[in-house]
Amino acid sequence: MQLTIKYFGMLAEATSISEEQLQIDTCSVAELLISLKKQHPKLSNKDFKVAVNQELVAHDYAITTETEIALLPPFAGG
Amino acid sequence: METKKFKNVFKQGPISSDFIGTSIAKHQSKTSIGAHNIFLGQVRADEIEGKMVTAIDYTAYEEMANQKFHEIREATFEKFDLTCMHIYHSLGKVEVGEICLFVFVSSPRRKVVFKALEYVVEAIKADVPVFGKEIFEDQTHQWKQNT
Repeated sequence: MQLTIKYFGMLAEATSISEEQLQIDTCSVAELLISLKKQHPKLSNKDFKVAVNQELVAHDYAITTETEIALLPPFAGG
Repeated sequence: METKKFKNVFKQGPISSDFIGTSIAKHQSKTSIGAHNIFLGQVRADEIEGKMVTAIDYTAYEEMANQKFHEIREATFEKFDLTCMHIYHSLGKVEVGEICLFVFVSSPRRKVVFKALEYVVEAIKADVPVFGKEIFEDQTHQWKQNT
């Protein structure tokens, strides 16, 4: 399946991209993150939450369909 | 993927006092209202390790943020007897001393607007994916984090 990965704030800065497409088999969020951190080593020491289709999810969440994954650094609204 | 359209809360750049004044004036026709309460978030000139913040550059995961603002709005109307509520947040560069968040709640009675406003502002700070790059006078930066 094809995933769209979005990076925001300091994570977009660390990866030098704001978005990328990824072909991947069904996996958990934790497994996806291992692969993303391998690809973008600078993500390893960053604090972030993960949203799947615009809802925050835990790392054991299973990604089974084409989705939009967003890596969200600490919020700073207001 | 299902995409719902929510009201866009974001405005490019700072929120002007004219905009805020006009927004207040628009409520003169809503005569069941007896109390307004307004929160204005202003960019602070923090000093961090000897360097002064001169501006914050805001970005957001806009689709999710607008959805979260919508959920906060729904939850607030559920909890409090409000006549109306307006939220505006800046995107892009906002200089120190300028307004980056404008929350406006109105109700027939005063007590409810004090509680409702705090509820809305705290929910925005905690739940909405907005990111802030604090720009220093020497053009270096760091990423802001709500506490």
